[in-house]
Amino acid sequence: MIEDTSISAQRQLESKISPIVSRQKQTFREIWKQHWMLYVMLIPALVLLILFQLYPLWGISIAFVKYNPFRGLAGSEFVGLKNFIDVFTQPQTFEIVRNTLYIAIGKIIVGQFIAVIFALLVHEVRFRPYQRVVQTLTTLPHFLSWIIVGAVLVTILSGAGPINSFLQALGLPEIGFLRDKGTFPWTLILSDVWKGFGFGAIIYLAALTQINPELYEAAAVDGAGRWARLRNITLPGIAGIIVLMACLSLGNVLNAGFEQVLVLYNPVVYATGDIIDTYVYRVGLVGSNYEIATVVGLFRGVVGFILILLSYWLADRYANYRIF
Amino acid sequence: MIEDRTLVSRIIDVFIWIILGLLALSCILPFFHVVAVSLSGRAAVSAKLVGMLPVNMNFDNYAYILGNSQFLGSFSISVARVLVGVVITLLLVAITAYPLSLDRIRMPGRLAFKIFMLVMLLFSGGLIPTFLAYRSLGLLNNFLVLILPMALNVFYTIIMINFFRGIPYELAEAAWLDGASHMNVLFRVYLPISLPALATIALFTAVSHWNSWFDGIVYISNIEQWPLQSFLYSLVSTRRIEWQSASGSLDFQNATPEGLSSALIVVAAVPILMIYPLLQRYFVTGLTLGSVKQ
Repeated sequence: MIEDTSISAQRQLESKISPIVSRQKQTFREIWKQHWMLYVMLIPALVLLILFQLYPLWGISIAFVKYNPFRGLAGSEFVGLKNFIDVFTQPQTFEIVRNTLYIAIGKIIVGQFIAVIFALLVHEVRFRPYQRVVQTLTTLPHFLSWIIVGAVLVTILSGAGPINSFLQALGLPEIGFLRDKGTFPWTLILSDVWKGFGFGAIIYLAALTQINPELYEAAAVDGAGRWARLRNITLPGIAGIIVLMACLSLGNVLNAGFEQVLVLYNPVVYATGDIIDTYVYRVGLVGSNYEIATVVGLFRGVVGFILILLSYWLADRYANYRIF
Repeated sequence: MIEDRTLVSRIIDVFIWIILGLLALSCILPFFHVVAVSLSGRAAVSAKLVGMLPVNMNFDNYAYILGNSQFLGSFSISVARVLVGVVITLLLVAITAYPLSLDRIRMPGRLAFKIFMLVMLLFSGGLIPTFLAYRSLGLLNNFLVLILPMALNVFYTIIMINFFRGIPYELAEAAWLDGASHMNVLFRVYLPISLPALATIALFTAVSHWNSWFDGIVYISNIEQWPLQSFLYSLVSTRRIEWQSASGSLDFQNATPEGLSSALIVVAAVPILMIYPLLQRYFVTGLTLGSVKQ
């Protein structure tokens, strides 16, 4: 009798706590009965995703109409692909796509390169406190907003700013960091790299500290010099992370840094500094040309989405990286 | 570590120290300049004589800003946004990550939910559709537009899922045996041992809320409702906001437009500097959290 109740109690518990036991037999109704709370917990996230991510997608239909602001979307005239043809036949579209790719790819390549080099240099320093000071100072700009950094850059890069005053004192010509069409993309690339290299190096430094110090000792005993140790121990130690970051960076090819450009650019450098995102903002929200901005934004969204999926696929394939 | 005693190696070391020192200085000197301008007197600022150190040091710019109602308003909106935003994000991330992390409990639809979440994260309809949707939801000129769209952070949720997976299943099992519900297990068992992860997420969320400005200028047309960084943007980009009477006022005779902007930049950066030591302690955790997997 006592045994009986204990067995049934145990069964009850089993069904409650370890569903793996009866994994195959369970119906959805049983799962719901035991674990309905798990579903309830997902409701807030679901509601937010639907309201703020899914619901806006309905607005993409503006790309196919001649938008009438007084009648709204439903009262607007359907024009098929006319807006798309308009967008892809205007030369400006070509220009903003080219600028976006140029700036974004420049940032990816220079940024990764500098971050790796910087991590290697920090790794070579054997005096810990100095490592820490350097890292503290170089990581800081990453955490400041582009408004703050942009305001600082405008101050120091302007015609009368400290850098140009310095160049003038040396008798060198003034550099139009923010005014010159040829220079401006590089102002964007280099200032972005400057803001982010310290933070970008953290992931490499984390990998470098994982390298077994005994390897270095053994190599030194075998007579390997500094350069040989770098090439044969250090670099292979972070090769995996470098490959991973290279794969993932593919997802950023259309991401030229909206906030940065918006803070730093001006009409004088639109020809080389205007990117897809700033174009959408200016034409769409400032200029109220909803259809054109929606088409360009949709193009950006779809291609960007494909690129990110591709980058995850590459990262999974070549660096064993999975998000879930 | 091995000590190389050769001359060449030592010269290389010196070079590395110098390069790193210059890089570190390059990251900090521009900010010194701004601080110096904010503390300098009118004559020196107007003549652009200020370098890295203040000239005729005074606090007029700060005194003016701290008495400015527009500044105080946007500062308190920023603070409110950080506090509300962090609490909401932490709660949402925790209750969303918990069901998604319990792989041993069969839960039909879990994978579908994860994929939905990821697709929603990665695909957006663009600025205009989003703007129109928020307008029809009545979020324009509403404080909530600064909070709700950012409330669920899918990346942090993924990090949290992976962190929860690292917690031994037996802990949860023991709690269920004692009759605890899922909510109890989450709040009494999981969250107390997830403090490092929660701290990391809280800090990063706080920073991103404090630094956000674009949502302010796009979704809020009333300047008085702007957070601090949006206010700063209007100052930097268009200089639309006049610092009324700043020049003529007898109380603040050393206040200048450049000085006031600089002071505002400093004030906007100070909260970040204050939590920076904490951030530094946690950002490596933040980066590696996602790699804790079973």
